[in-house]
Amino acid sequence: MTKSKPKAVGRRRFLKDAAVTAAVVAGQGPVAGAQQPSADDHEHETVPADIALRVRALETVLVEKQMVDPAELDAVVDAYENRIGPRNGARVVARAWVDSVYKARLLDDANAAAAELGYEGAQTGHLVVVENTADVHNLVVCTLCSCYPWPILGLPPVWYKSAPYRSRAVIDPRGVLREFGLELGDEVEVRVWDSTADIRYLILPERPAGTESMTEEELAEIITRDSMIGVSKITPPPTGDAV
Amino acid sequence: MNGVHDMGGMDGMGAIEYNPDEPVFHEPWEGRVFALVRAIGPWGRGRNWGNFRFELESIPAAQYLRMSYYERWFTMLVNRLLMSDLVTPEELETGEVDPNRPLPTLLPATTEASPGGRLAEVNPRFGPEQRVRARNLHPRGHTRLPRYVRGRLGTVIRDHGAFALQDTDMNGQRLAARPQHVYTVRFAGVELWGDRASARDAVYLDLWEDYLEPA
Repeated sequence: MTKSKPKAVGRRRFLKDAAVTAAVVAGQGPVAGAQQPSADDHEHETVPADIALRVRALETVLVEKQMVDPAELDAVVDAYENRIGPRNGARVVARAWVDSVYKARLLDDANAAAAELGYEGAQTGHLVVVENTADVHNLVVCTLCSCYPWPILGLPPVWYKSAPYRSRAVIDPRGVLREFGLELGDEVEVRVWDSTADIRYLILPERPAGTESMTEEELAEIITRDSMIGVSKITPPPTGDAV
Repeated sequence: MNGVHDMGGMDGMGAIEYNPDEPVFHEPWEGRVFALVRAIGPWGRGRNWGNFRFELESIPAAQYLRMSYYERWFTMLVNRLLMSDLVTPEELETGEVDPNRPLPTLLPATTEASPGGRLAEVNPRFGPEQRVRARNLHPRGHTRLPRYVRGRLGTVIRDHGAFALQDTDMNGQRLAARPQHVYTVRFAGVELWGDRASARDAVYLDLWEDYLEPA
């Protein structure tokens, strides 16, 4: 990292904070040995700049204590960086676009339909697919946290987990969509799905005009993550372009 | 709990920051935190760790808003490890294991594993098209009933079957997981937001039966 050199006192303060927070979480007073932050500490509150170092220190300690296996950590990171991502969802959507019987199954029982293509797992939860049409536009948010269909779309982008999106998607969905460059007419009904429970949502975006001759594989290439969250539509390929 | 995490409908959070070329993990430490939190799970058995979401929500509000997502996860992870005395502040500071402390051992679970996913069928209290009101509950523990729907009228549009309640007490310990139906309930935008909402628009939430009463 190219951050400024961390001060030891900053790290110590973070740890004090963490210990105090831990005590609060436990419903107890401050844990033994944890000092209360002083008024002076509050004046210097910043995000600690040396988090990469502190994460490394933690991992080193946990590995040395034989509490975690670094190879398993590598495998998890690799899976989410290279295999589990929105391409999975795109294949589900492309199949639904070219196969109306599959689409009916997907809308009826999304877990089973996604599993047909090999996408399943605990974090999919109870998957529900809702369809965007010319008359109804759906979008997904998790106002309380960051619920998202991991095996189908991977880990959510930062904006999805951020306060601006979580706070406004429910009260001003049209304004939010405008920020993503999507202006909807008054005649379109907007449905916001706040995934508060164990149900995870995937949007089935509209298939754009001009894609009739494209194969399932070619279609999967144009299906974006954002369209499957519902914050954008899929841009049709340029007219006359032989795909 | 009525924390800052329950932010649906709030103003003042700023513009959405969109990065079209966002990597899965912005820096390697984020991936390590993600993987560590998943890997450390078994060490919480018998150690009274609170509900994951409750512990994130318990980060003081000002810090919660200032922290990035994985900073919150890291804070929560460190809190758990310190609280259970699995690591010491000195070890975290130095990255070196205290040779005078015995290696930690896994403990047997003291409570049954929390059930997840859809459960055996129990009788539903509500049915499709039924009008319901979200109850005006303000629990101190974790809940999946956002403030912005409490007391509001909606319509059940779908019954998803029975799921275990995820709510906790004020110490983050899971409440009795009485299986109950979860329903998608449609709330008209104007019911929630008055004239700030378009008359056509609606918000759909998945709500456990305990959150609802007949209207």
